[in-house]
Amino acid sequence: MIEIRDLKKTYRVGEVDVHALRGVNLSVAKGEFLSVVGPSGSGKSTLFHILGGLAPATSGSAKIDGRDLASMTDAERTDLRKAKVGFVFQKYNLLPTLSAADNIEIARDIAGKNGERDPQTDAQFEQILDLLGIKTRLHHKPRALSGGEQQRVAIARALVNSPALLLADEPTGNLDTENSTAVLTLLRDLNVRLGQTILMITHNPEAAAYGHRTVRMLDGRVVE
Amino acid sequence: MIHRLIVENLKHRPVRTLLSAVAIGVQVTMILTLVGVSNGVLGDIAERSRGTGADVMVRPPGSSVLAFSGNMPQGVVGLVGKQPHVALATGTLVQSIGNFDSITGINLNEFNAMSGGLHYINGGPFTGPDDLIVDDTYANPHHLKSGDTLDLGLKWRVSGVVESGKLSHMFAPIESLQDKYSAREKVSMVYVKLDDRANTEAVMTALKARLEDYKIFSVDEFVSLISVDSIPILKRFTNVVIGLAVIVGFLVVFLSMYTAVLERTREIGILKALGASPGYIMSILLRETLVLAVAGAIAGILMSYGTRWIMKVFVPTMPMLIVYSWWPWAVIIALSGSLIGAIYPGLKASRQDAIEALAYD
Ligand SMILES: Nc1ncnc2c1ncn2[C@@H]1O[C@H](COP(=O)(O)OP(=O)(O)OP(=O)(O)O)[C@@H](O)[C@H]1O
Ligand SMILES: [Mg+2]
Repeated sequence: MIEIRDLKKTYRVGEVDVHALRGVNLSVAKGEFLSVVGPSGSGKSTLFHILGGLAPATSGSAKIDGRDLASMTDAERTDLRKAKVGFVFQKYNLLPTLSAADNIEIARDIAGKNGERDPQTDAQFEQILDLLGIKTRLHHKPRALSGGEQQRVAIARALVNSPALLLADEPTGNLDTENSTAVLTLLRDLNVRLGQTILMITHNPEAAAYGHRTVRMLDGRVVE
Repeated sequence: MIHRLIVENLKHRPVRTLLSAVAIGVQVTMILTLVGVSNGVLGDIAERSRGTGADVMVRPPGSSVLAFSGNMPQGVVGLVGKQPHVALATGTLVQSIGNFDSITGINLNEFNAMSGGLHYINGGPFTGPDDLIVDDTYANPHHLKSGDTLDLGLKWRVSGVVESGKLSHMFAPIESLQDKYSAREKVSMVYVKLDDRANTEAVMTALKARLEDYKIFSVDEFVSLISVDSIPILKRFTNVVIGLAVIVGFLVVFLSMYTAVLERTREIGILKALGASPGYIMSILLRETLVLAVAGAIAGILMSYGTRWIMKVFVPTMPMLIVYSWWPWAVIIALSGSLIGAIYPGLKASRQDAIEALAYD
């Protein structure tokens, strides 16, 4: 489902070139739960940003479902984020002024999926909310929720438009053990029960073990 | 859904929202007050001119519609009075006493004959040269009643208080006003009553032939000339105030939205990560601005009732009208400045780099 070939990304900071990715090769199958580990600065987040269409690559190719991201325009990358990819970040995931339910709803609104709602997708989303165990907390604003609850709402929001791919960048980086376990269990359940393809960045080997497979990044490359 | 985000955003910083709306509102009030006072004062002048009962007015050569002083020889009154179809001609002298106030010298008997008489609330006609008749518009705020003395540079005694609506707020005997202000044998205006209004055209033609260069109006003509449009300076002044209102609205919204964009960097990043297009981000900002501007315009309209009250209490001789036809303009003016002010912050937000916004520190 994901095919990455010799992907490079160079940031230009003033006069200096920062080589964030130096030729990444990686394949991920549909339905896989992949953990990505590696030291700070090795390019993990950069890889996710490119896969999620938040940034263009410098060279190489990255294909999702056969579509090469490198050849996309800004507008097409916006569409990719709307429809194909769901993001979960380490923190500051939710819009603070909206309730949890509205945080989820706005993702639907952005994707323009408010009018035509398909019962099958809705039923599936209900199932996701059940798995998340946050149904009773949905009317609260983020500040009234625990970190773990906020993260689960963020996951629900990332999945509301049934994306092909869920990208989670250190989703448990700010959580205590108990909340981490809840979120990780949830991701594994989503993967097992719904076949959701998940890529997760983590620094924690125990967290990485929740995935089917772990790849290691070092200096802008995947070293396995 | 986007509406809830907009409402929540505005509620999130209630003081900023309130102040922005009020600032926009003050501009709107400023315009509505200016327009309201212009129309009120001019309407009042028109009404009081009609209240004289005259059909034709004669003004000195070179005078303009709304400059009431400027004098001509008293002989003109007699000359006009001798024209065919003229039932009565009476001269008045307008003496400005500062503060937009003026005393009008009249021949009381002639003026009564022409206007149908002054209606006394208390007191009565002049009995001496220092007597002054004031109307209730002037008397009430100054707590005047007959018998009181009044210092208007010169000392006067109030002989009577009358209902307003006829010619002036203050009347004095014309001879004593001419004496006191060194304008002997001078008048500012001749009011002419005809035997039949149908003869207005004919009399005006005859008067124009006799009194070359004099300004001769029918009262209808005069009233129609008293409008904001016929006073270029007032129109220009109004436009300047509108221009200032647009600029201030622009600045207020610019600053308000700019700070909003700065403090929402992270939220904008989240929206972008969710797939929001630049247009979506822009539309949030523009709609917030729209709400601010409309709220500001409504606040401005409401506050204009406040300024009307203030004018009524403190400057009763300058009545202010609520000019409904200007309400849509007020909204348009509030909107135009505000929306222009929102463009740059909106562009900044829509172009913001999502990754930088989501940097984890
Ligand atoms: N927007 C940017 N501009 C310039 N350099 C950047 C930018 N984003 C990342 N970099 C650089 O690219 C390199 C890879 O960064 P990246 O964030 O992908 O690392 P990471 O593996 O996610 O690290 P961490 O574990 O700390 O999150 C780093 O050297 C970083 O400084
Ligand atoms: Mg990172």
